[in-house]
Amino acid sequence: MPQDKPLNTSRVKLTQKQYQQLVSERQPKVPVLKRALRAFVSGGLICTFGQFLLETYMDVFGMTRDLASSATTATIILIGGLLTGLGYFDKIAAFAGAGVAVPVTGFANSMVSSAMEYKREGLIYGIGSHLFGLAGSVIVYGVVTAFVVGLIVSLVS
Amino acid sequence: MKDKRRGRHTVQFSSPPYIVSTYTIAGPLEGQGPLRDHFDAISKDGMYEQKSFEKAEAKMMEDAVNEVLRKTANLPEYIDYFVASDLLDQIVISSTTASRFPIPFIGMYSACTATALCSSIAAMLIDGGYASKVVVATSSHNSTAERQFRYPVEYGMQRPPYSQWTATGATAALVADSGEGPRITSCTLGCVIETGIKDPYDMGGAMAPAALDTIVQHFEDTSRDPDYYDLIITGDLGEFGHELLKELAQSQMNLKFPNNLSDCGMLLYNKDQGVDSGASGCVCSALVLFSKIYKELCKGAISKVLLVATGALHSPTSCHQGESIPSIAHAIAIER
Repeated sequence: MPQDKPLNTSRVKLTQKQYQQLVSERQPKVPVLKRALRAFVSGGLICTFGQFLLETYMDVFGMTRDLASSATTATIILIGGLLTGLGYFDKIAAFAGAGVAVPVTGFANSMVSSAMEYKREGLIYGIGSHLFGLAGSVIVYGVVTAFVVGLIVSLVS
Repeated sequence: MKDKRRGRHTVQFSSPPYIVSTYTIAGPLEGQGPLRDHFDAISKDGMYEQKSFEKAEAKMMEDAVNEVLRKTANLPEYIDYFVASDLLDQIVISSTTASRFPIPFIGMYSACTATALCSSIAAMLIDGGYASKVVVATSSHNSTAERQFRYPVEYGMQRPPYSQWTATGATAALVADSGEGPRITSCTLGCVIETGIKDPYDMGGAMAPAALDTIVQHFEDTSRDPDYYDLIITGDLGEFGHELLKELAQSQMNLKFPNNLSDCGMLLYNKDQGVDSGASGCVCSALVLFSKIYKELCKGAISKVLLVATGALHSPTSCHQGESIPSIAHAIAIER
């Protein structure tokens, strides 16, 4: 534990911890329940739409389940990327939050927004090195988690 | 020399310099806010007809400087110093703007205290006899600052309700030893305060003690009371920081403001513009001070204003490494 220090001003006679306590008591609270509800509904809608796409690809285009599943993911990534590029995604996300961040739409948004942001810095130092700036964590810990889970499964079975 | 110093941190100018003219360029969101009729120009979008947001911000600052020179019939050759500050790495917007003018350049980084610090330095140079005309300028841009300090512009996320919105725009002002206009009578430069707050969205919480420290210091040094001023306006504490400052002033210093304490961050936008706790950024206090307040001072609607500009001096790296946000506040008194 870092030790507690008084604020370095004689005008506020509180320690840093006491002051932080005061701030967190006064701070307007994040409306967690409201945001969770919105995320549940909007995330659910996206997944329902994904399911609709999956069935359509299988029934109408005669794809196998594996192929249709990849096609569905690709379609949703495309929509997420398009909405980002057209400038709507951040406004939707301000409302839906995790509802659009958790599905693959969030992954698409993080990459396209980075690409747009760093375009001015060129293909190598800009887009190339920043494309996975936000998505990188998802990939790294996705791979690590898959490895650990895979290891456990192979040991158990 | 020492006869200009009052108390520990305040400088009282013996021939207070004049703010002869100002020019304000507001971004699109600011241009829809309650002060829209007070700005000299409003950009219709964030790009300002440039190829990047950074170029847009620099062009805004350049235009603001040019307009101030034009309004006061000055050539760059008549100006002794150009003092500017902005938020971007290595204050590159200020340097880029300075490269357009043959004026000796003093660039400073002091986060959102820019207006107060640049004006203080300009006034010190003039009252000290080192300059007779100084142009001060500052800018910030929501899209350049968000990218540097937080996330890409189009990245979708939810902001906490105490977060603030970095204002877009640029301002310039001519400070001179003669002329007409309100005068900078004194300044109190603040010390850096550590609160231990690490959340880069909670700048109001991080900066409120610094604001209180500088305000109290100013009153002690000048032997004034809060009711000396028609308006005591903090820079960008936002609604949350403003409430916190009032509470701290009351509980810690037994200091009450007679309804004259306000915050630039609360005046720049309407409540329904989706900016949570209010505005922030270098240009936040500049847009409010150099538009509406400057005009009211010129007209005589108010005669004594204390601007207490607040700044969060963190860097993106220091925040990611879990360091707390060093905060500061600088005050300038403007009287007519």
